[in-house]
Amino acid sequence: MKKIKQSLMKLRSSQLLVPCIAVALLVIFNLIRDPSFFSVSLAANNNGDPVLTGNLIAILNGASELVILAMGMTLVTAASGGQDIAVGATAAIAGSVFVKVLSGGPITGGTILLGFVCCCLVAMLFGAFNGTLVAVFRIQPMIATLILFTCGRSIAYWINGGATPTVESPIVTAIGSFIPGVPVPTPIFIVLAVGLIFALLFRFTNLGLYTQTVGINQRAARLNGLNPTAIKLLAFVILGACCAVAGVISVSRLSLINHETLLLEIEMDAILAVAIGGNSLGGGKFKLSGSIIGAYAIRMLTTTLYAMKVPSTSVKAYKAVVIILLVVMGSPVVKQFFGKLSAKIKAKTAGKEARA
Amino acid sequence: MQDNIVLTMRGICKSFPGVRALNNVDFTLRKGEIHALMGENGAGKSTLIKVLTGVYSRDAGQVNIAGIEGDVAIRSPKDAQAVGISTVYQEITLCPNLSVAENIYIGRDKRTLIHWKEREKKADAILQSLGIPARAAQQLGSCSLAVQQMVAIARAVDADCKVLILDEPTSSLDEKEVNMLFKLMRELKERGVGIIFVTHFLEQVYAVCDRITVLRNGELVGEYPIEELPQVELVSKMMGKALEDLSGMKKKEFTPDSTEEAVYEAHNLSSNQGVKPFDFRIRAGEVNGFTGLLGSGRSESVRAIFGADHVTGGVVTMHGKRVKVSNPREAMKHGIAYLPEDRKDDGIIADLSVRENIMLAMQVMNGFWKPVSRAKQEEFARQYIDALQIKTASAETPIKSLSGGNQQKVILARWLLLHPDYLILDEPTRGIDVGTKTEIQKLVLKLAEEGTGVTFISSEIEEMLRTCSRLIVMRDRNIVGELRGDELSQDNVMKTIAGGNRT
Repeated sequence: MKKIKQSLMKLRSSQLLVPCIAVALLVIFNLIRDPSFFSVSLAANNNGDPVLTGNLIAILNGASELVILAMGMTLVTAASGGQDIAVGATAAIAGSVFVKVLSGGPITGGTILLGFVCCCLVAMLFGAFNGTLVAVFRIQPMIATLILFTCGRSIAYWINGGATPTVESPIVTAIGSFIPGVPVPTPIFIVLAVGLIFALLFRFTNLGLYTQTVGINQRAARLNGLNPTAIKLLAFVILGACCAVAGVISVSRLSLINHETLLLEIEMDAILAVAIGGNSLGGGKFKLSGSIIGAYAIRMLTTTLYAMKVPSTSVKAYKAVVIILLVVMGSPVVKQFFGKLSAKIKAKTAGKEARA
Repeated sequence: MQDNIVLTMRGICKSFPGVRALNNVDFTLRKGEIHALMGENGAGKSTLIKVLTGVYSRDAGQVNIAGIEGDVAIRSPKDAQAVGISTVYQEITLCPNLSVAENIYIGRDKRTLIHWKEREKKADAILQSLGIPARAAQQLGSCSLAVQQMVAIARAVDADCKVLILDEPTSSLDEKEVNMLFKLMRELKERGVGIIFVTHFLEQVYAVCDRITVLRNGELVGEYPIEELPQVELVSKMMGKALEDLSGMKKKEFTPDSTEEAVYEAHNLSSNQGVKPFDFRIRAGEVNGFTGLLGSGRSESVRAIFGADHVTGGVVTMHGKRVKVSNPREAMKHGIAYLPEDRKDDGIIADLSVRENIMLAMQVMNGFWKPVSRAKQEEFARQYIDALQIKTASAETPIKSLSGGNQQKVILARWLLLHPDYLILDEPTRGIDVGTKTEIQKLVLKLAEEGTGVTFISSEIEEMLRTCSRLIVMRDRNIVGELRGDELSQDNVMKTIAGGNRT
């Protein structure tokens, strides 16, 4: 009991409070509305393999691209104090490159690996382009990435000559949906892998310390021997790699590339995930876990709205209402108010105890 | 009020939580006079100016202005402007993207319709009459800094001002530009404007001013006509030591062996921050210091040594070997450590924990792929928190919630962890309590005993005399003297600071 209380106290002062509350509220709301919302069942898919289905799986699966992009976005936000609004466009480019490589001949494991490496390199190159504008030329991140935001999907269009080619292959299907015999959707494993890579990066390199230092105090960072330009550039390149992974997942889901709609407007959700996660959009200290929970919360919200049969045209409006609540809840003004309130309550109960 | 007096301030008091910034200060400004307001950092100059311009409200005291009956209440900069007090700050507070004429008139007009052509004509007339080389239609940003500064003055003067406050107007100007500004000041003086001139440059005070008021620790030291206060005495008044009782200071026991090899040696070192090429050497176990008034280039010199500013030339050898130090990383690699003057902007990483702040330099030196293990980090943090007696709730507390002195100790720990051969401390004791100050001085001496070369810079000369065996005296970004052994006395330091070209 005491331990639970302690960890609750810890959570209260943590930046994870708001994203956790968001998820908790959505869970409670759904449980009241329809207790079967979270039920997971085993059913046969088109290929006759038994796979897990249900809203929970749909949320975890559907959020994959967003979670991966939110992780990269967190790093860019921390180092540069700004956001990359071209992640959707970059993912579309990466997806197009992936498809271009695959459509060259018969699809085998080798060509898929080659395709992934190629699109990763291209996306990292575009990340480096954004990073150069931001770190070397000191252009505000939003303006710098506006360039690719504007032209990225046109570049994607050129890569495949305006067509929306399909890449039919059991391997591609396995990446986008299920590996035969495994009941859990593959994108969930990919998210786990990316998360693990980030965890290892933070554990075995100084990436976390360096990005935070540069984001908090660039002048001091320089005087301590860091190169702020290189570190910001690195953050953008890592985000580029995230875009490639997200692009490949998205292409594999449908086995085709539609450069116009692939991960459209996902940049806004990715930025939102970072913000809901309690990370300052002005850069500096960050918690990757916050952004991840934030991303899942956003997806859960969308799925909930669809489950409530909200017409897809008005989903965005409902989403906006919830988001207003979340960001206001996480604002410093509200935090201060609750801080004062709890101090008052503490003082009162302490006074009562003293009298008793 | 006498006829020729435009402004009197009597018994001005102002306190901030824990600090008495101004205590019973008087100030008098006469018509057509350039009056220097002098004092060291924290003496209360800027507080007095801010009280006068309504940025701060005074706790007690009276302000009288010629032509206005009784005490004048100045509650905001707008009030100040209304009674004829205008201020031109060090940083230009105009809009560079607007034209000169727009800048002169912006925010000063109550009419809604503006005749721009007529206004430009008027602005041109003002510029011409003051001899400012700018046109009214020109974009302000295209003028040189000095001209922008002068436009700011023109704006102030045109607002019908009796009192013009110039707060460090010359700090970013070169010599020629300073002379242009002085010409303008003399012109205004002829017109009967009273000018309050705040500057750190002593030479400039003697070049244009008629009278000097000296503040120290928030109190008035006195008001003197310029002829009656030679430069040496001004320095001693600012520092609060009469020249007589300056002799007999504690002498250094530690004298370095001159044949010993230098830890660090620089020849003709210069940087883009205006430091003129200088030679410098320091031996293992030696403590030396750079001294001089603020703005004399002492910080810029050590920044050049560390590669913190862009190094424009010079040859550096360490332990007799030629090395290249063009950025902080290279300096750190060669065993140089630098504790910067501005703790908040250049030192601490505010949101990170004490542990992370202590580890930073070492983590950078280790490189991206080799972070120190968490257990090791915690051990280092605990070790240095104990050794330097850093008062913090835990090693995981964000450094921003520590007091200034403890923050400084954390930064010190950061550098000590690297065991540098040459440690540069720029104002390590500024703004921290007396107890911690002594601790840091002791630490410096201990490090020297262990063979570290230390450069110690402080605004408090006594502190430097206690710790340094050699003092390099700077003025106007030049080394003007070097004191060692028996020459080390406050008296000599002041004489050297004030002397230079004048003696």
